[in-house]
Amino acid sequence: MSAGRLGKDLLGLEHLSADDIRLILDTAEPFKEISERAIKKVPVLRGKTIVNLFFEPSTRTRVSFEFAEHRLSADTVNVAAAGSSVSKGETLVDTARNLEAMRIDMVVMRHGSSGAAKFLADRIKSNVINAGDGKHEHPTQGLLDLLTIRDHRPIEGTRVCIVGDVLHSRVARSNIWGLLKLGAEVAVCGPQTLLPMGIEQLGVKVFRRIEEAIEWAAVLNVLRLQLERMEGGYVPSVREYYRVFGVTLERLEHVPRELLILHPGPMNRGVEIDSRVADGPHSVILNQVTNGVAVRMAVLYLLAGGRPELAESAKGAPER
Amino acid sequence: MRPILIRGGRVIDPSSGTDAAADVLLVDGKVTAVSPKLAPRGDAEVLDVTGCVVAPGFVDLHAHLREPGREDVETIATGARAAVAGGFTSVCAMPNTDPVTDNQAAVGFIVSQARRAGMARVYPIGAVSLGQKGEQLAEFGELVAAGAVGVSDDGRPVATAHLMRTALEYALSFGIPVIDHCEDVSLSAGGSMHEGLVSTRLGLKGIPRAAEDVIVARDLQLAELTGGHLHCAHVSTAGAVAMIRAAKARGVRVTAEVTPHHLALTDVACEGYETNAKMNPPLRELPDVAALRAGLADGTIDCIATDHAPHHYDAKEQEFDNAPFGVVGLETALGLAITELVNGGVLSLAALVRCLSTRPAEVAHLPAGTLAPGAPADVVVFDPAAQWTVDPARFFSKSRNTPFAGRKLFGLVRWTIVGGAIAHRADLSAAT
Repeated sequence: MSAGRLGKDLLGLEHLSADDIRLILDTAEPFKEISERAIKKVPVLRGKTIVNLFFEPSTRTRVSFEFAEHRLSADTVNVAAAGSSVSKGETLVDTARNLEAMRIDMVVMRHGSSGAAKFLADRIKSNVINAGDGKHEHPTQGLLDLLTIRDHRPIEGTRVCIVGDVLHSRVARSNIWGLLKLGAEVAVCGPQTLLPMGIEQLGVKVFRRIEEAIEWAAVLNVLRLQLERMEGGYVPSVREYYRVFGVTLERLEHVPRELLILHPGPMNRGVEIDSRVADGPHSVILNQVTNGVAVRMAVLYLLAGGRPELAESAKGAPER
Repeated sequence: MRPILIRGGRVIDPSSGTDAAADVLLVDGKVTAVSPKLAPRGDAEVLDVTGCVVAPGFVDLHAHLREPGREDVETIATGARAAVAGGFTSVCAMPNTDPVTDNQAAVGFIVSQARRAGMARVYPIGAVSLGQKGEQLAEFGELVAAGAVGVSDDGRPVATAHLMRTALEYALSFGIPVIDHCEDVSLSAGGSMHEGLVSTRLGLKGIPRAAEDVIVARDLQLAELTGGHLHCAHVSTAGAVAMIRAAKARGVRVTAEVTPHHLALTDVACEGYETNAKMNPPLRELPDVAALRAGLADGTIDCIATDHAPHHYDAKEQEFDNAPFGVVGLETALGLAITELVNGGVLSLAALVRCLSTRPAEVAHLPAGTLAPGAPADVVVFDPAAQWTVDPARFFSKSRNTPFAGRKLFGLVRWTIVGGAIAHRADLSAAT
């Protein structure tokens, strides 16, 4: 329960400054290399106890956090909602207090309710990292998207369009905040049924036709069409969605520029994205996954009170 | 019962257009005289109320007293005690109890519990439909005979246009208003706050203004068709105000209420996932608040009603989308109204008393809202200049779910008299 330059928790990118975001990205750079070593472990978080509390199913984010924690030598416990006290009716606040009573240092939480991470952070002393709360934010995903774009082009002035189910997407919100703060031009594209009310007031352009978005953008961040959240029938069919809004090779071939393609996963191939695009030369989808571990190491390190200027030396000499 | 002489106050009685310095004499549970410089009587308790307003006791058309069913969060006795603490001498109890107040026995239970409590008068509102299921009409005649003063499926809307039509028509035989909670549930489903920029930022599913406006439009058409008395509960949107104003202008029998929280707050209060700012209808935006205030000032909206909705601490101590809708309101209504509306230049004190007392009494045809000689001795004495700080721990209500904790408010209830007996006397240690 320490507080470094970022404060106690990472709940979202909305309330971080551009400097804080750059600090995390810059801190992630030296951590990238650890994952390339034969022995992928440094003692930076040795003795720290971290609970990964996942109330919603997750593979990529949970595993990425676990690798980040293990590569920094933290002790970790995973709690999934199914089969835990949560499924026996325990409230979130009681779950949190019980975990804290075991003297943990950090909680990484994924939860289906917007605001759940803040709710937890306000009630426990441990550091809280939001691994996705409802439709609100998924800050480490936003950060790894920023890092991936930055690996290929400067973020400032770059035109990034977020495509698809923005309404239900925490990834979209974290991307919008992070990109705007770092000076990108940001747009969203999708059927109006999947765009939240007032989104343009955040300072983003709105495209209702994918062709216009592709014409405009240098980077496309293609969101998953969240089939499990289609409670209200926001689109008539998956087939029509692909036909009208799918990011296809044919649509990309219409523009002379090479668009960078991101996707937070898990992908629905042939729904929001054409396999030939996902697997194509301009897709950085797997780079995102690789960067995810480094970004999460940086966040864990900084929240634990690690000094950013020491990140390079903290990781020690590469194993030979 | 000792007579009470209320001496030295400013008497505001909108029913007679009185706003003047006068004394008020209460004998045998009735108002017997309102006049400057009444002669003291040896047997009377004298209340010196210099600096205070003396008005007919407030009437709340919309409260959830939770009994039967949720006596852990409120009972008729605690709700009626909270009411008099807020200056309310008459309170209408909404029927979404468990079991639902949809039959004469249930109405009779509420009446007898209220009589036993002996605080504010409690008038039950019966359900429009059996079990509030939106299918079969409840027995309005028997409900009214047992003491109900209106019908509503509050908590949800009257389910279909046909049911609303028949309710408005059938209610004509009993002279009672049909009170609708105007919400198109297909538009509001899953929503937990107003749909707008704040809900977009917080990632919460929004409830659009149209969810209210669609049903207000439907109900106004049906009131016009049937000649029935429609009362729109807790109006929250600028669109609803405009439609009600236009309907009144063409002679539709519609009345409307607004809550103190919709007059005082916007959706910004939900920032930080503040569950005490979660209510239904949701807090809207500044243009809506402005329209509600204007509607109250020009009489489009007839009265202020609290929508007092007690909830357990644990229920609000949750993730925002899991927390229930509603806030308590009986004990903060006057303070909010004076601070926001009177001191804010929206209403005169006399207009405020009309909105809190005389008009709601007229809407539900209650023997209240007046200090005319012979009227029940239901009186509130409040100091409009006294300042106090909202401290939920001091509420008489069993519940504490308010977004106004810590707010400094003007307007303190000093005495509340029901039927000629003092039911509440302010503990002045709360005032600053």
